[in-house]
Amino acid sequence: MGEKILMKGAEVIAEAAIRAGCMAFFGYPITPQNETPEYFSRRMPQLGRVFLQAESEVAAINMVYGAACTGTRVITTSSSPGISLMQEGFSYIANSNVPCVVVNAMRGGPGLGDIAPAQADYFQATKGGGHGDYHSIVIAPHTIQEEADLMFDAFDLADKYRIMVVVLVDGLMGQMMEPVEFKDWVDVKKFKTPEWATVGQGDRDHRNIITSLSILAEGLEKMNLHLQEKYRKIKENEVRYEEYKMDDAEYAVTAFGTVARISKTTVDMARKKGIKLGLIRPITLWPFPTEIINKRAEQLKFFLDSEMNEGQMLEDVKLAVNGKKPVYFFGKLGGVVPTAEDILKEVEKHIEGGK
Amino acid sequence: MKIIYKKPEPITKTHTTYCPGCPHGIAHRLVAELLEEMNLTKKAVIVWPVGCSVFGYYFIGTDAVEAAHGRACAMATGIKRVHPESFVISYQGDGDLASIGIAETVHAAARGERISVVYINNGNYGMTGGQMAPTTLLGQRTTTTPYGRDAKLNGFPLHVPEMLAAIDGPAYIARAALDSPQHIIQAKKFLKKAFTAQTKDLGFSLVEMISACPTNWKLSPVEAMERIRREVLPVFPIGEFKVAKGVE
Repeated sequence: MGEKILMKGAEVIAEAAIRAGCMAFFGYPITPQNETPEYFSRRMPQLGRVFLQAESEVAAINMVYGAACTGTRVITTSSSPGISLMQEGFSYIANSNVPCVVVNAMRGGPGLGDIAPAQADYFQATKGGGHGDYHSIVIAPHTIQEEADLMFDAFDLADKYRIMVVVLVDGLMGQMMEPVEFKDWVDVKKFKTPEWATVGQGDRDHRNIITSLSILAEGLEKMNLHLQEKYRKIKENEVRYEEYKMDDAEYAVTAFGTVARISKTTVDMARKKGIKLGLIRPITLWPFPTEIINKRAEQLKFFLDSEMNEGQMLEDVKLAVNGKKPVYFFGKLGGVVPTAEDILKEVEKHIEGGK
Repeated sequence: MKIIYKKPEPITKTHTTYCPGCPHGIAHRLVAELLEEMNLTKKAVIVWPVGCSVFGYYFIGTDAVEAAHGRACAMATGIKRVHPESFVISYQGDGDLASIGIAETVHAAARGERISVVYINNGNYGMTGGQMAPTTLLGQRTTTTPYGRDAKLNGFPLHVPEMLAAIDGPAYIARAALDSPQHIIQAKKFLKKAFTAQTKDLGFSLVEMISACPTNWKLSPVEAMERIRREVLPVFPIGEFKVAKGVE
């Protein structure tokens, strides 16, 4: 750890990725995250690493796919419409078992939408988005400091499971400035080309082939079962969440990213009023922290799920609660950000309604 | 006994999935011969496309990746940029390269990516059953141009080497044909220059190879080769369109 520096979220993503040993960036400009590729374009050449502005998001993700096949730490960053264009590549990457990191600074949709912060790509990120039965690990930081820390974990998890890791933030987290302290640099000289990488056979006694294809159904079933086994291990080992003032809570907000951060203020405001409110904040959106939410349902009177969308994580919260207690929802659409007061008002409304 | 003809080392010992009379085998052989002669086999990573040659990695024994349809040049870019020591080939058909992947192709060329592209043009989508490709000749019947390709409806055949020769990034751009021994010998010479453009770090290289699709053209292998000479080569002439200094 070094000293604290004041930095913009979008640049923190780039600096943290670089320190975490990211050797290559491929991407295409899109608001509200252009500061990230711009930062990479300055820093990567200084370090002898690769920065390439692709001709499209479609090309960018396939460049990432190619670089990932060599076992090199590689990243792309984009925002919602650009991420939509990359979905085909995500699906190929999933069934090829190659590691990479993708940052989505979500903006309002659907369509061209707007450039305001939103969380409406939750389904796309956690349920697939591309074709086929696959998952990516999805991480949702809620502060700039956490963003800086989780970039390291994103690359480690990608390498550990040979999987794509999505860092899901929003326009607000990109544009906000906060003091941040970075973890120590990863020593990239220690990186070795993995034995599975396609870099030319060289001295290996076998050649490597990376493909997502198996023309026989039984072969493809095997590839799928391998993926499912990997996902099972990830679900077992990599669930992360934060609980805020949950020990004696009677009510809980569930929220991720920016809304989770706002909800912490809601919880503090509620506590001042004597309302025993807590927050459960999933850090990994996939794998989802189902168990803790189910467990907490025992002590709570209700959940209020709050998101900047029409209720996407809500479905996972409801599955976790499994009918034990009511799950209410409060959301803002199209890039509108809720205030801590808005959320508290909703909590109070449901407390009143329950009396 | 003196060996006068043998299987190039990188060609694997297996049956191909190609139809009788398909020139993919010839193109594979040229690639394999050059890999061996230029001592590149162990450095090579071949990016295979979606199309008839989707299983190419079973037939040429190098490290390989399988790209999404049209994205081979982008994938090859990713590999080469992070691992410049690798010798990266993108092997693509005309639907893959000239239709769905034209943006990736043009921009890889414009950036002068140090990759070598083998571009097989057989005038239709072979694997999917013979639909119109961007290279289908005017008047040619395919399963999606049952009345013949009409310029008013479907536009004109796309001349990729001529297009790419107009940009500055490529070091070597040529068109060869696989219809006859003399053209095949010439194709190998062109391909060698394309590979040299990469080994000498000169820029992007591409060789289009005019090929045949006897099955979908509904011609015998011999008739298909004759059709290349009679109908295709007048529209897609053999030649070198860009030769950077040092490629020779």
